[in-house]
Amino acid sequence: MKDVTETFEIVAAGAAVASGPAPTTPKNVPHRGGPENPSAEALRAQFGDAIQKVDVCWGETTVYVAGKRLGEIVRWLHDDPSQQYDYLADVTAVEYRETEQPLEVVWHLRSLPYRRFLRLKVEIPKGAALEADSVWEIYKGADWLERECYDMFGIQFRGHPDLRRILMWEQYKEGYPLRKDFPLRGRFSRSEQLRQALAQNPEAKYSMEELSIADAFAELPKDMRQRLSAGERTGE
Amino acid sequence: MGLTARPDDTGIDAGTAGALTEVEYDPSSQQGWVTTRLDFLVNWGRANSLWPMPFGTACCAIEFMATAASKFDLARFGMERLAYTPRQADVLICAGRVPFKLAPILRRIWQQMPQPKWCISMGACASSGGMFDNYAVVQGIDTIIPVDVYVPGCPPRPEGLMYGIRMLQQKVMNERMADKTLRDEMEPDPRSHLYIPPSLIDELSEPFGNSIHQTRSTP
Repeated sequence: MKDVTETFEIVAAGAAVASGPAPTTPKNVPHRGGPENPSAEALRAQFGDAIQKVDVCWGETTVYVAGKRLGEIVRWLHDDPSQQYDYLADVTAVEYRETEQPLEVVWHLRSLPYRRFLRLKVEIPKGAALEADSVWEIYKGADWLERECYDMFGIQFRGHPDLRRILMWEQYKEGYPLRKDFPLRGRFSRSEQLRQALAQNPEAKYSMEELSIADAFAELPKDMRQRLSAGERTGE
Repeated sequence: MGLTARPDDTGIDAGTAGALTEVEYDPSSQQGWVTTRLDFLVNWGRANSLWPMPFGTACCAIEFMATAASKFDLARFGMERLAYTPRQADVLICAGRVPFKLAPILRRIWQQMPQPKWCISMGACASSGGMFDNYAVVQGIDTIIPVDVYVPGCPPRPEGLMYGIRMLQQKVMNERMADKTLRDEMEPDPRSHLYIPPSLIDELSEPFGNSIHQTRSTP
């Protein structure tokens, strides 16, 4: 594994590559077209058919890739010394109002050494299983981002270690709120929503032991240690 | 027990509720002079040393902080000490929208507060859900916990919150020790966890204004 301090020095010193561009504020950026991110061309050379389309919008490059090879492509973008996309800014999804248009899963990658931004998209046609590769193995920060995407859109991320709801409570039964077929006020009546929300019992998951007491176990009074080790819950 | 065991379809029985809380008192009579003086003393003490428990979730909490800061200075009203633990608080100031996921937590905080306790619902979102008429936000915290004073505004200015606090102080000053129902805890129905009937909640959270044009699909 690479020495971490080395990476920090690169960031502090500026561009990783001596020939890299100096940081400037972009001017006169066209809506469509314009220079595309050099990584797009590199991706085409490396992966060929898996790169379906490249789109430049307001100076930001979007690469549409084949869903099956997404994990491989992100791994290459992260590891290859000529790319070094070391920061995953976001994982999200888009569903369009036009019913025939496919649902898109979006990854925002950033290369700190090269000062590049790249957006990857995978299209999931309507009717197909909502699945995508998890990038958790590459970026550990994808954990919660993918959970959020699963919570709001119902996309199953293959290989995610702990894919469960994050914004809504875990017993939430109404579906996936950001999907177009989800009514704004939810599927159930207000009283039913409130009833289910009040029944959620958050302490079953976030207990005092997990949150704090476990860390300070040795410093607790003796009687409390005995009670805790006997299995007593301190949630209330 | 107030509104506890009421079945769904009976609605609020205003007659009985009024009779329960009414206290016999004749101002011209000298009877009960000691208790009324004691009431005054106790209420004076309570009203002027309310310790607020701020439950701030959104922009209303910023206004609350402005109210507590030096320019508006909440300490002038005896709210010198903000209690960040419900066990040592008198007033729950719910400032901001409350999502459904937070509903059981807000109720737990309210249940942890010892009597006597009061609640101020600060701002449009806490009072009615405000503009967040959607699947995620509680349509008024009075569906979860009892509320004494509603402060309108989005968010209310510090003057608005201080007016609400003054109203609460007046309410505290008018309390009578003879009224035994004042300190009753509202026990939610153990089956539904609600303390007001579901039909009433649905009625209260009916869409209004522009949002009536949005439809709800049935499950």
